[in-house]
Amino acid sequence: MYLLNRHQRHVVNYSWMLFSLLIIAFLPFMLFGGLYFKSFLLLKTHTLKDLVFSHSWHPSRGEFGFYPFIVGSVWVTLLAIFISTPICLLTAINVTQYAKKRFLRIMHPVIDILAGIPSVVYGVWGILVIVPFISRYLGPWFGVQTMGYSILAGAFVLSIMIIPFILNIMIEIFRAIPTELKEATLSLGTTKWQMVKHVLLRKALPGIIASVGFGLARAFGETMAVLMVVGNVIKVPHSVFDPGYTLPALIANNYGEVLSIPQYDSALMFAALILLAVSLFFNLLMHFFIARYNKY
Amino acid sequence: MKRTLKAEETFFRVLMNLTTAFILIILGIIIYSVFEKGMKAMSWEMLTSVPSGGYYYGKGGGILNAIVGSLVLAFGATILAFLIGLPVALYMNVFLVRRKRLVNLIRFILDLIWGVPSIVYGAFGFTLMVLVGLQTSLLAGIITVTLFILPIMIRSMDEILRTVPMGLSEATYSLGSNKSELAFKIFTRQSVSGIITAVLLSFGRAIGDAASVLFTAGYTDNLPNSLMEPVATLPLSIFFQLASPVPEVQARAYASALVLTVIILIVSLFSRGLGKRYHKTKINF
Repeated sequence: MYLLNRHQRHVVNYSWMLFSLLIIAFLPFMLFGGLYFKSFLLLKTHTLKDLVFSHSWHPSRGEFGFYPFIVGSVWVTLLAIFISTPICLLTAINVTQYAKKRFLRIMHPVIDILAGIPSVVYGVWGILVIVPFISRYLGPWFGVQTMGYSILAGAFVLSIMIIPFILNIMIEIFRAIPTELKEATLSLGTTKWQMVKHVLLRKALPGIIASVGFGLARAFGETMAVLMVVGNVIKVPHSVFDPGYTLPALIANNYGEVLSIPQYDSALMFAALILLAVSLFFNLLMHFFIARYNKY
Repeated sequence: MKRTLKAEETFFRVLMNLTTAFILIILGIIIYSVFEKGMKAMSWEMLTSVPSGGYYYGKGGGILNAIVGSLVLAFGATILAFLIGLPVALYMNVFLVRRKRLVNLIRFILDLIWGVPSIVYGAFGFTLMVLVGLQTSLLAGIITVTLFILPIMIRSMDEILRTVPMGLSEATYSLGSNKSELAFKIFTRQSVSGIITAVLLSFGRAIGDAASVLFTAGYTDNLPNSLMEPVATLPLSIFFQLASPVPEVQARAYASALVLTVIILIVSLFSRGLGKRYHKTKINF
């Protein structure tokens, strides 16, 4: 019936499992090692300080200043976080504390669909809705002439994209708070909002911070949607209505043309290395933060 | 005092309802605007033909190359990720079940690489391609996307497998089975619904991601016919058509976005439906 006997099948299955596990275990090191190896060419001739703080980006002259891209990325990411954190927090409280149980069952598919929409579709939506909105209404309202393709447009689109991600974690956090704690507080004669404000928020604070941290890491590396609406102008932005350029967009836009200049290729790999490092750093930080906090 | 308290609560409740409504409305606007713009340029020709000469200047043709390409790429990557992912998830929950620290370390690593942006996988995949002398091709795309969806697939399978009760393992051992039989015959059957959900979730990710296939899968106007040739994908076809200055081509980008969105919605619907259907095979304790 079978080609192999039971023991042989066990050995085959076992080695298959172990082999797969090894692939996974080495993947982060391979990612880091591969990108570091490729960006070594650039790091040999430029100091790290030069690369990060220099303004001039002229690949043909061998000048690689990542400052405009880093600033662009940081602006877009922070703005997006500022927009989506309060929205997620209030919605999570509403859904878990105030709304009926049934409502959570509506909210889950909504979150799933928002999380499942591909980033290119978010980009299309940004071009269709957000960009005209900024150039026609928001810009003139603040007295600014703008095409709409700006840091703010990138931040808006990005903030919508990370809402499902942050909201999902926050809902889990609020649901994990024991009912006894809420009941004990309410029995002291507080109103529901006082209970939420003084007890729930304090209890959930580390989780909330962690969810924002994870969202930040996710937002920093988002490529296509931001690339499509942020304007892609290599200049340090001075206001949120200025067009900008982000690190992931830099990689995505220039990959086809770099092979002629080896240092350019290396520079883009360095940009990928920065993204990887930022993502790993924030995820590590938040994991240790949660692990430490859970002890108490 | 009491009145300000009341006012504060009312204020925040209104604010909460507003933000909740905001999220629902945004989803509505996204779906509406994609459908509204997409339906205008949608035609049978779009769905059933490959781009003819001059397609990118507004002449006839369709995006069949990208639809088929995306499906083939996503299927390939999902199957490959399943072949690597399921054993890892089973190994963690059957063989390492008593070594909590090691399992937690693996989970931690998986969470870390889950957070890595897809463009980094794209860059890494390209480095790998250059290293082994591979051109932009379907194969390179599949490998890169596999790496990208692996952590997602393993972690969601793992979340299901860890809920399998100890009693089931003990009962299986008592009948004389070994560990790999327990893993592949009992654990997989007990968790079928969860595994299907995990696979469909990864498939959705694989088909929607553009940044990882940008340098690895390339782009072509032909249908995919070999692993070694470039392949077109829907996200990239949307991206390239939008960059065109011709309004008709841009309109087709919206139609392509509609196709992609519909595929994603169908996958998400399936994962809900199938998940419920296979609950029957599960033994309840």
